Amino acid sequence: MTQQRKAVALISGGLDSMLAAKTVMEQGIHVEGINFFTGFCVEGHTHAIRDKDRAKPKRNNALWVAEQLGIKLHIVDVIEEYKKVLINPKHGYGAHLNPCLDCKIFMVNRAKQWLAENQFDFIITGEVIGQRPMSQRKNTMPIIAKQSGADDLLLRPLCAKNLPETLPEREGWIDRDKLHDITGRSRKPQMAMAAQFGIDDYSQPAGGCCFLVDKNYTAKLVDLWQAQGSKDYELDDVMLLKVGRHIRPAAHFKLIVAREEGEGRFLQGYKKEYTSLLATSHNGPLVLLDGEASAEDLFLAAQITARFGQGREAEHVDVAITDKDGLERVVTVTPIPKAQFPKEWYI
Amino acid sequence: MTQHTLNTRRLLCPLPVIRTQDKVKSLQPGDVLEVVGTDPGIMQDIPAWCRINGHKVLDSHSADHEYVIVLEVGA
Ligand code: SF4
Repeated sequence: MTQQRKAVALISGGLDSMLAAKTVMEQGIHVEGINFFTGFCVEGHTHAIRDKDRAKPKRNNALWVAEQLGIKLHIVDVIEEYKKVLINPKHGYGAHLNPCLDCKIFMVNRAKQWLAENQFDFIITGEVIGQRPMSQRKNTMPIIAKQSGADDLLLRPLCAKNLPETLPEREGWIDRDKLHDITGRSRKPQMAMAAQFGIDDYSQPAGGCCFLVDKNYTAKLVDLWQAQGSKDYELDDVMLLKVGRHIRPAAHFKLIVAREEGEGRFLQGYKKEYTSLLATSHNGPLVLLDGEASAEDLFLAAQITARFGQGREAEHVDVAITDKDGLERVVTVTPIPKAQFPKEWYI
Repeated sequence: MTQHTLNTRRLLCPLPVIRTQDKVKSLQPGDVLEVVGTDPGIMQDIPAWCRINGHKVLDSHSADHEYVIVLEVGA
């Protein structure tokens, strides 16, 4: 009896990785999925916090894809390991802070480790030559294969015919003729293939798979790095950058202002790590203060807090300032006038 | 059969799923795990993860912005 060959597929939740896995499954290979959580994935997170997003159906696309394909999915937390990829990418960043090429190399390398630990035979990705300007070009394909250490264990079923033969093809586990030769940015071949497989519901992420391609998000990350004087971060930082308005009135502190109740509840969870402010005489948002603030700074923070609540036109607003130990004091302030609140404070 | 609980409060998806996955690895078939969290996403994601991996959701409910999934570890 011939040995059942096994492949691990990098599943992002998008259509391409789904089609790549499906193509290989059709050839009788046992496929399981792997999905890496870097902390910046658009998945889940984004929708969970804001009330207005709660009505929208929420699903984790990678889990959904795995379920559609009928395969197992292993989600791996790579938050810590990913730091060195993002902080110091050998191949640099894309349009924003996206280190796509290093990211791909890292993920394929991690998949290769998984392969060895789980006695699987080869790796599948949904990469397509020419699909993305930074990481999916003809000349980056061999770089990813080589620098990840995966070499010819890495099969890209969607564009394999345009690439050198890989081990699974050479060994006859996979029939090269049944692989594809897609190139370029057009999505038509993938859509046709989806229709052929009877797949009609799939997610089409616009820019990429993560927040690192988002202009507003990365501006906040750059600000964070500047403020702390080093390119480092913790998971909590990464999460908080997705929430609220971020306002920096001075280099040494910033404020995170909840935009609505859902965000307020989320920020509540951080009251032991940050000083927080909340108007008590009027309704208003919860505000967290990140940094070291003097008494003057706190007063300014209270004035800003007052400006975002229903007391914005009032002469006096009472604002409770609570420190990390839960010690609370109330100050009475006049909301900061618009003229004294420069737009540049918004990050 | 033993009962276990897992606190995923404050974590956002997919972290509660990852923590559940890692916890289940240390359990035996038939064991029951109660996952508590604050991200409503777990109401979809953990059952989806259970379906894929052959575990059974025994109960799910929510109150006061907390979400609870009770699952039985499959074979
Ligand atoms: S978009 Fe983000 S997750 Fe996707 S390859 Fe680029 S850096 Fe990695």
